[in-house]
Amino acid sequence: MSWETVIGLEIHTQLATRSKIFSGAPTRFGADPNTQACAIDLGLPGVLPVLNREAVRLALRFGRAIDAEIAERSVFARKNYFYPDLPKGYQISQYERPIVGRGRVEILLDDGAEKTIGVTRAHLEEDAGKSLHEDFHGLTGIDLNRAGTPLLEIVSEPDLRSPQEAVAYARKIHQIVRWIGISDGNMQEGSFRMDANVSVRPRGETRLGTRTEIKNINSFRFLERALVFEIERQIDVIEGGGRIVQETRLYDAERDETRSMRTKEEANDYRYFPDPDLLPLVIDGDFLAAATADLPELPDVRRARFERDHGLSPYDAGLLTASRELADYFEAVAARCGDAKLAANWINGELAAALNKAGLTIEASPLGSEGLAGLLARIADGTLSGKLAKQVFEAIWAGEGDADAVIEAKGLRQISDAGTIEPLIDAIIAANPTQVEQYRAGKEKLFGFFVGQVMKETQGKANPQQVNEILRRRLAP
Amino acid sequence: MLEKTIAELTADLEAGRCSSRELTELYLERIERLDPDLNAFITVTAEAALTAAERADARRRAGDAGPLTGIPIAHKDIFCTRGIKTSCGSRMLDNFIAPYDATVVERLERAGVVLLGKTNMDEFAMGSSNETSWYGPVRNPWDRTRVPGGSSGGSAAAVAARLCVAATATDTGGSIRQPAALCGLTGLKPTYGRVSRWGMIAFASSLDQGGILARSAADVAPLLQAIAGFDPQDSTSADVPVPDYAAALDADIAGLRIGLPEEYFGAGLDPAVAASVEAAIEELRRLGAAVRPIRLPNGPLSVPVYYVVAPAECSSNLARYDGVRFGHRCTDPQGLEDLYTRTRAEGFGAEVKRRIMVGTYVLSAGYYDAYYLKAQQIRQLIAEDFRRAFAEVDLIAGPTSPTTAFPLGAKVDDPVAMYLNDIYTIAANLAGLPALSLPVAPVGGLPVGLHLIGNHFDEPRLLATAHRLQQATDWHRAAPPGCA
Repeated sequence: MSWETVIGLEIHTQLATRSKIFSGAPTRFGADPNTQACAIDLGLPGVLPVLNREAVRLALRFGRAIDAEIAERSVFARKNYFYPDLPKGYQISQYERPIVGRGRVEILLDDGAEKTIGVTRAHLEEDAGKSLHEDFHGLTGIDLNRAGTPLLEIVSEPDLRSPQEAVAYARKIHQIVRWIGISDGNMQEGSFRMDANVSVRPRGETRLGTRTEIKNINSFRFLERALVFEIERQIDVIEGGGRIVQETRLYDAERDETRSMRTKEEANDYRYFPDPDLLPLVIDGDFLAAATADLPELPDVRRARFERDHGLSPYDAGLLTASRELADYFEAVAARCGDAKLAANWINGELAAALNKAGLTIEASPLGSEGLAGLLARIADGTLSGKLAKQVFEAIWAGEGDADAVIEAKGLRQISDAGTIEPLIDAIIAANPTQVEQYRAGKEKLFGFFVGQVMKETQGKANPQQVNEILRRRLAP
Repeated sequence: MLEKTIAELTADLEAGRCSSRELTELYLERIERLDPDLNAFITVTAEAALTAAERADARRRAGDAGPLTGIPIAHKDIFCTRGIKTSCGSRMLDNFIAPYDATVVERLERAGVVLLGKTNMDEFAMGSSNETSWYGPVRNPWDRTRVPGGSSGGSAAAVAARLCVAATATDTGGSIRQPAALCGLTGLKPTYGRVSRWGMIAFASSLDQGGILARSAADVAPLLQAIAGFDPQDSTSADVPVPDYAAALDADIAGLRIGLPEEYFGAGLDPAVAASVEAAIEELRRLGAAVRPIRLPNGPLSVPVYYVVAPAECSSNLARYDGVRFGHRCTDPQGLEDLYTRTRAEGFGAEVKRRIMVGTYVLSAGYYDAYYLKAQQIRQLIAEDFRRAFAEVDLIAGPTSPTTAFPLGAKVDDPVAMYLNDIYTIAANLAGLPALSLPVAPVGGLPVGLHLIGNHFDEPRLLATAHRLQQATDWHRAAPPGCA
């Protein structure tokens, strides 16, 4: 039987606010346990939450970025359950009336086609603390630094049909939240965590199969692997005559498998109800306008513009809009050196490889946009050949100065002067009569031999186009 | 001295006829002598009180005193006080010392009051007799075999017995007004949002409101003045200007339109209490008020609605008492479940557990719509009743409580009978309205309260009406035997 997979994702992204969503405690990562939890975060008696406006602003930016409905009036609700790292015994979240309603994003499939994925909703909520099960000799340690950190939970429609689509969607959301500056998206620090709801059904069936939920996945690679495993597991169960149990599962990266955490019967009844400590959140037009006025050009729009205005391929344009910083870098280089395609080739080629090798992102590149543009300008004006440019690039990367300084210091200027090249070529022709004869008799492969000789004589500095042209002329029978 | 109003005491202090230190010593001596029998205080802060009194005297000498500087009061033990135990009447918080002051506490401290101590109360403010306190019941100063009412029973008994000039209190379904009625005091529950809830330990957040218990409306006014106003730390506090309450006291009540809901004078009301309340209303009429009958058709539903909404919120509000971070923790827990179970079984009393269970039930999947949602819908209807009524009248009057103070132990085994004590007071909380109870003619030597409900933020009119009645009558001057 042929099976169809149905996946929906819930993504928790930490909003980049300085203080927590309902208290003034800082949100910095990595502080000593319980040093960033104030009375409100600790849930002491008598304390009350006050909503952080900045978190609201960031949520609105996201809503606008995915072309979603913005709720003029949304409501905070309490999600009640007992857990030691949940100080109040409830999490303040949004339930029936989230701030961001239906929206959508476009993902690019492997075959180059675009697919629209629906976003059901995105709501504001507070994070819980952390339970530490090691180092406490059979006891559990509680760190409440994280408690009250603002999260935006982004829930997709069950529109995803494969692990690859799920990853493409998750990456898209990751790209957007970073692009519009609402989250650092740091996955190691837990700023971007994914839950996947997955089910399978016979192809052609319209009803959904029983789903399982895989919780707390913190990398795209794990997301793909967890889904691949879980889909296979579900198909095996059904084909073996079994039934899928609705349950929550955990992905174990070391064993590369998902494991049951709790079944539906064991699930909490969260007893959601509107939080009486917080008034309904009313968004007025001015606040919404101010929050979204400075939204940058979004990645998809920018990608299309790169293709249109700069004549880039969809592939190159896609790479260059992976992050806003990269896209800005590209545009700066292109504007300065005057050749967008050259800029795209170098950024996606040489620079990307060097950054990757050094484990750096574009923001930390030792070669700024000005530096790269300076180098590309020397290619454009014929001072450097491609091959020489690579040498210069390496020298700039190593901190030996800008393009012109390196060219000067190493004497890497391309020789484009016919008065220099012609006598050189004449000498080589004179010194290799046998090869000249063979070439003229039709052994055209020998052309490369002559080019090589010229480059050897000039330490690779001769302008290759000129060399070709003069050689052809001189070697003609 | 004990019978003087705050304004009179302030005049004495200002004129140097007495000092705050002397006043404080007087009350501390009375607490020491009378409170072992009444049990109105959970904590007495004698030393800190004397220090505060001296500071107040110094302030006055420096010409920096206000209308409350040096006045000895008490706080209900539901208000967090930095460095002083705040128990909320519960074993759960017997060891809890807050690292912050409630806004109410902070504002009164800034006004220069002298804090004598923290008063007894029903556990987590859940009760109408002060019998659910972990610290034992409070006795009514008028008759020590009877309850003072609840949940602010300690504050009421302390003020009635002249153990302090006035006290703070809170009211979720009648917890200021019913004890005021049963102890012969003037008690005001302000409009929801008028007084900040920051640092006031939550029972039912959408109903809880801090207020004042005092001997007269004239004494309530300056205290309300100090505690009222917007607080950025409480998202539900109202950003509405605070009027001058003392100035409002003398407003004329001629032509005041008072509505009498027929629902408040029906079955269950003690006829003698009814007669006393009617006599007071007659007095208001004599003073120029126009009285007319009105209808609050959904009024009878307020008790069932309240006993869904309040437990629902309390079941969530009290989830934080889990033995993990503060408060009571069972000894030697064997795992998480055991920690939760024993901590909460030991830390909470029967009434609190009952309400947590009811609240958990009404919020549960499958019951939410039938109970919680339905209750919220009826709550809207109750509020709508009042909106309609206030289009026709300025105030609504009736009895505060169906009976006078009942004997200790009389209703402890019958929660529903206990809940019906608040039948007249609960609706004001559900609608967020300000309401006041003031003493009228006693019945059988026990105080009776007249209940006045005002429109939102109409505390000035409530105070003016009560003040006018108190100028014309002596009911509020009566002191419990042996307490004057």
